[in-house]
Amino acid sequence: MGEMDEEDVVMRRISKLKKESVREEMVSRFARIRKEAREFREQLAFQEREEEAENADIVAGCKSDLDGEAQCREPEGQQFTKNTKQKEGDLKSQDPEAKKQEDRRLGSCGMENGSCAAGVFSSGHSMGADFIRRYSRQLLVPSFGVSGQKKLSESAILIVGMGGLGSPISSYLAASGVGRLGLVDSDVVELSNLHRQIIHTEAFIGQPKVSSAASACLALNSSILVKEHGRGLNAANAVEIISQYDVVVDATDNIPSRYLISDACVATAKPLVSGAALGLEGQLSVYNHKSGPCYRCLFPVPPPPGTRQRCSDNGVLGVVPGIIGTLQALEAIKLASGFGETLSSRMLLLDAFSTRIHMVKLRGRSPNCFACGDAPQISAANLHEFDYERFTESTLSEEGPKAQELIPVNDRLSSAELKKLLESGKPHVLLDVRDSHEYVISSLPSSLNIPLSLLKERLSVLQSAVDSVVSFPDNPQEKEYPGLQDVGSSKEECSSVVPSRENTSIYVVCRRGNDSQKAVQFLRSEGFSSAVDVVGGLESWAKDVDERFPFY
Amino acid sequence: MKLTLEFGGGLELLFGSVKIHEVAVPPPEGETKVTVKHLLLWIRDNLLKERPEMFLKDKSVRPGVLVLINDCDWELCGTTEAVLEEKDTVVFISTLHGG
Repeated sequence: MGEMDEEDVVMRRISKLKKESVREEMVSRFARIRKEAREFREQLAFQEREEEAENADIVAGCKSDLDGEAQCREPEGQQFTKNTKQKEGDLKSQDPEAKKQEDRRLGSCGMENGSCAAGVFSSGHSMGADFIRRYSRQLLVPSFGVSGQKKLSESAILIVGMGGLGSPISSYLAASGVGRLGLVDSDVVELSNLHRQIIHTEAFIGQPKVSSAASACLALNSSILVKEHGRGLNAANAVEIISQYDVVVDATDNIPSRYLISDACVATAKPLVSGAALGLEGQLSVYNHKSGPCYRCLFPVPPPPGTRQRCSDNGVLGVVPGIIGTLQALEAIKLASGFGETLSSRMLLLDAFSTRIHMVKLRGRSPNCFACGDAPQISAANLHEFDYERFTESTLSEEGPKAQELIPVNDRLSSAELKKLLESGKPHVLLDVRDSHEYVISSLPSSLNIPLSLLKERLSVLQSAVDSVVSFPDNPQEKEYPGLQDVGSSKEECSSVVPSRENTSIYVVCRRGNDSQKAVQFLRSEGFSSAVDVVGGLESWAKDVDERFPFY
Repeated sequence: MKLTLEFGGGLELLFGSVKIHEVAVPPPEGETKVTVKHLLLWIRDNLLKERPEMFLKDKSVRPGVLVLINDCDWELCGTTEAVLEEKDTVVFISTLHGG
């Protein structure tokens, strides 16, 4: 490497470090501002509540003077209000804290029957002035109206999964005035979540998703109740948690959870709004409602493990779960408030690539269904005994497939060993078998990219790379990682001196070390006996060798 | 028989990443009707590019695939025995789990 090159590398590293420190500074400043803003808002809300209480006192005082007149004007309405309020009072828990919450929810001023400011203007419902102002635009929708809003405010909805789907679901349900929201998730917020999980902010990175989402929901609407279920849903707690709610929304990212939630909804007779999104596609339906099917009616047998795709492998455009989640919120609102036609026995299919929405008609409830059929095998009493992870051959999280071992570990390289070999100057070709769209995100310097699926037809490219390599004394850590900005700059640039096929090793990497084993098996069968792969792939390189590697 | 076939939910990856295929499927020898069962075999032999086990299992589609004939669940039309008609659209969609 020439002096100019070295200087160039140093300058680039300095500039990168500067950028990183500026970024960190910005992030922490942003988090600070957000925190201050939140505190200010809370203070403001508190002051407003105090003022309201004061005003209510004044109104109550005036009211005693007006009492006679009001009763003359609207004796029936007033009587009705009192009766309803009395009934509600009977139904509600006697717990004073619950009473206070209930009053806040319905926007009343927290006073006894008849003495509330709103009561003066009562027209047969117990909605306070704040309640009416807040939801006025919804109250004006004729088919929803006062009765829809009241039912919604008295309903409890459980959202399982606070990710890309759960974000718009919880936001809209909180804003629309669902009485009680339950949020389920056991994960913490990560940077790679934020592009789609828009309820979470940078300030909450590393915090439980349920806390982040609950604080966002309450910031949006402090008059609702939000309960956090931060330990996630499993066979042991599903029935107990779900039975506390009226409607359940499945916003999870894995198959066992989908079967578990569906079964628990069948066992507790709750309608289920189920949505999914991946890449540029989305699916949505309502299960276990009226004569419609449950998830098991549709998919009695889980798909084989090899056929499943995950957001962390296949990607997802942020807005796609946004669209599906928003539609899930709509279905949940309709189920909770009892208006409109839901997606029961229908499925909505979204193709975001060409902006097409398909509505398809589904089968009804299957009499042979394991969960909801005429002779169901699963009930609230025995659901906890069912092993969902074994049934679906996967875990109750978005965890990927287990690391495969096609080649014995002692016949493979660790990422640390790879580093030493690269630094030793031993003649080699560093072959990266990821798909090209992943390779351009980030890659090791001086690597050759041939995707596993194309390896067979591009063997000649590898052969010529092997033929042209003798020594490669570069230290990869002294180089910037090629990625986004400089696509392909290091591709096939292995410098040539004297061809020497015999002593040239082929080091094969991929993202996590599964495809690289398949590649090595194939290469050895084709006579490249010196091919060896790296355990754990680039994930291990980023973890064990160089944290700076931009793993994705 | 002219049919429109659509693959979604990731199944298109088995068909050269092409989602919509306009195809002409001849009936089996000595017959006039095209059933879904016949269509599945025709797809396997003429359209499928890789890994048939990702699409088919035991003469039907693999678990986790929904089949829709003219936007209607094939369970409502007789599954593999459903008889197709000229210009029908058959959609094969793999169930998604991401969220």
